[in-house]
Amino acid sequence: MKSGSKRRAYATSALVIVTFALILFALVEALVIAPREATMGDIQRLFYFHMPSAWIALGPAFTVVFGLSIAYLATGKMVYDRWAGASAEIGVIFTTITLMTGPIWAKPIWGVYWTWEPRLTTTLVLWFIYVGYLLLRSIAGEGPRRARLSAVYGIVGWIDVPIVFLSIWLWRTVHPRLLTGHGFDMDSRMVTALMISLAAFTLLYVTLLVLRAGTLDIAAEVTALQARLRRLDRRGGGR
Amino acid sequence: MTAPGIESPPGIHSSPGIESPPAPAVLVRGLRKAYGPMEALCGLDLRLEPGVFLTIFGPNGAGKTTLMKVLATLTRPTEGTALVGGKDVVRDAPAVRKRVGVISHNTYLYAQLTAIENLEFYARMYRVQAGRERALALLAKMDLTRRMNDRVATYSRGMQQRLSVARALLHDPELLLLDEPYTGLDQHASRMLAEVLEGLRDGSRTVIMTTHNLQEGLAGCDRAAILVEGQFVFDQGVSEIDASGFQETYFACVHEEVLQT
Amino acid sequence: MAFFSQAWAIVRKDLLTELRGASTIISMVLMGLLVVLVFNFGTEPGTQSASLARAGVLWAAFLFSGVIAVGRSFASEKEAGCLDGLLLCPVDRGVIYLGKLLGNLILVFVTGVVILLFFTVVYNVGIGTSWLQLLLLLVLASVGLSTLGTLFAAVAAGVRARDALLTVFIFPLLVPLVIAAAHCSTLLLNGKSLADAGLWPWLLVVYDVVFLAVSFIVFDFVVED
Repeated sequence: MKSGSKRRAYATSALVIVTFALILFALVEALVIAPREATMGDIQRLFYFHMPSAWIALGPAFTVVFGLSIAYLATGKMVYDRWAGASAEIGVIFTTITLMTGPIWAKPIWGVYWTWEPRLTTTLVLWFIYVGYLLLRSIAGEGPRRARLSAVYGIVGWIDVPIVFLSIWLWRTVHPRLLTGHGFDMDSRMVTALMISLAAFTLLYVTLLVLRAGTLDIAAEVTALQARLRRLDRRGGGR
Repeated sequence: MTAPGIESPPGIHSSPGIESPPAPAVLVRGLRKAYGPMEALCGLDLRLEPGVFLTIFGPNGAGKTTLMKVLATLTRPTEGTALVGGKDVVRDAPAVRKRVGVISHNTYLYAQLTAIENLEFYARMYRVQAGRERALALLAKMDLTRRMNDRVATYSRGMQQRLSVARALLHDPELLLLDEPYTGLDQHASRMLAEVLEGLRDGSRTVIMTTHNLQEGLAGCDRAAILVEGQFVFDQGVSEIDASGFQETYFACVHEEVLQT
Repeated sequence: MAFFSQAWAIVRKDLLTELRGASTIISMVLMGLLVVLVFNFGTEPGTQSASLARAGVLWAAFLFSGVIAVGRSFASEKEAGCLDGLLLCPVDRGVIYLGKLLGNLILVFVTGVVILLFFTVVYNVGIGTSWLQLLLLLVLASVGLSTLGTLFAAVAAGVRARDALLTVFIFPLLVPLVIAAAHCSTLLLNGKSLADAGLWPWLLVVYDVVFLAVSFIVFDFVVED
């Protein structure tokens, strides 16, 4: 093993361990240490997972896809495409978690599974957009063409999300009765638990990204080596 | 069989008082094109002088169409360079497109439009001066004037191919790329196409043709090459080739390559 | 300018092809009317005719029929390798995009007008004096749909995706368009004007401008190989 990849392996292992520890800490904070919410009860604790998931989905995951998509179109380097694909996969997972924990939490508290609240609705639309992105990647074959087409989709999708949010927010302002919100007062210990959970989830996203994209990078390297081997083989065969 | 790769231009030598030799019509160096893990072209070199008619033979999957696509700027090389008339296919793509005409088994014709409408459309896209006149002249040359107001959907395959040739010549390209133009043509249409191609051999244009057809391909060219698995394994001027033994030569080349892998 | 005359040549070619036997516009109109019809059977009859609830039907019909148009715009080029034929020409790729966009825009707008008329008849809504503003609304909506639609039709053509997949790709992106258009049309059909519609028309304009610009920029990457 080259020293560079050894260092990388150690760094990745360190990252995984730190993330694991932080997640454990966040779990303890959320489930044990944070106080029980007065009116909602223990089910409110789901919020410590719902909100950070939403943050990852609406924030870094797809923004990274956007940035890497532009980087790919500008430079043509496949590594950007691989990392963009990995980030989108993880983003879809977190988006799904958000969409699933939302109703689980909302039903006991507000009596409805779903509200057309701007953030939640935008998350739903976001889910469709990036599932579409992954679908495109799965049918596009491999290589530069898939990279180019997904990059275009990654760029357009990301630009659309704020516009979607704005339009749903406007819609809600026009029809306030029908669309409820997600509010409750948080005391300082809850805020702490939330912050820790946010940090843990963000680190989790980074770790998953590094692990997943790292696997894709290795696979690409193997493919490239195989191609080189075939070329040398051919050339060595007496031409 | 060894690959000569780059062939020195015949008949050009430097002498005092004479300018440097004209730029090659096509210059390809180390051209590689990979589709994912599969390499279609593996480090190809080619130098083609203006006015030469090169025929490239090769089995399916050899990379003939890929090479044509690179030269036509339809696809970008993974590595290496390709120059057409001195212009780079990647950096100066529009300039290359102006100089290149393509005829392939695809006709690039709009079935619901008439022949003259098709030609006028392409004339507009190539910004050909006096497009309509030029279109009419080419229709006459291809003996399609009678049917020029008929929709292409009503044309036979042979007529469509002739119209496609007219389309390729609209902008008077320096380089003609013919990608297996005989595909799907019956005897009569093949002969007509061969006559048309013979008429193009006036030295003013460079032509590269790819084909499966050993007989027709060899008969009309100045230089013949065999492409197998993305590399040239044979490349000689036609005067040095024994036409009767060419078929054996071809099979030997292809077979040997297949044995290597 | 050569740019526009070449784009217009593409539009003319596509419209000529359409007139001579392609059945795109017929499929579009039929699809749009059928959607209105089918939705009608699923909703409460007799309630407020030009309510926001009904507006969803109108714009769903618009969207479904529009996707047919944009889907065909590149499919037609697949025959005889015509897209390659266009790419061989020394034209700016933006010309191809603009030409296809304008062609789609015309088809989508015309179909939209027919669907709107059918809608007003079926739901007994008077158009009255707001017909001009309704046309303007249709123009804005058609631009929005055609912009992203043309771009993604090229994407779908690149991966040989079917119509259904194209729908999956663009519908989520069109959500703001639907919300804004539905609000505007409801107001207009209830006798108000676009001036009363607050920010909605502006949302449509911003949507159109942003995606027109973005699509123009990224289109090159979609068609190159």
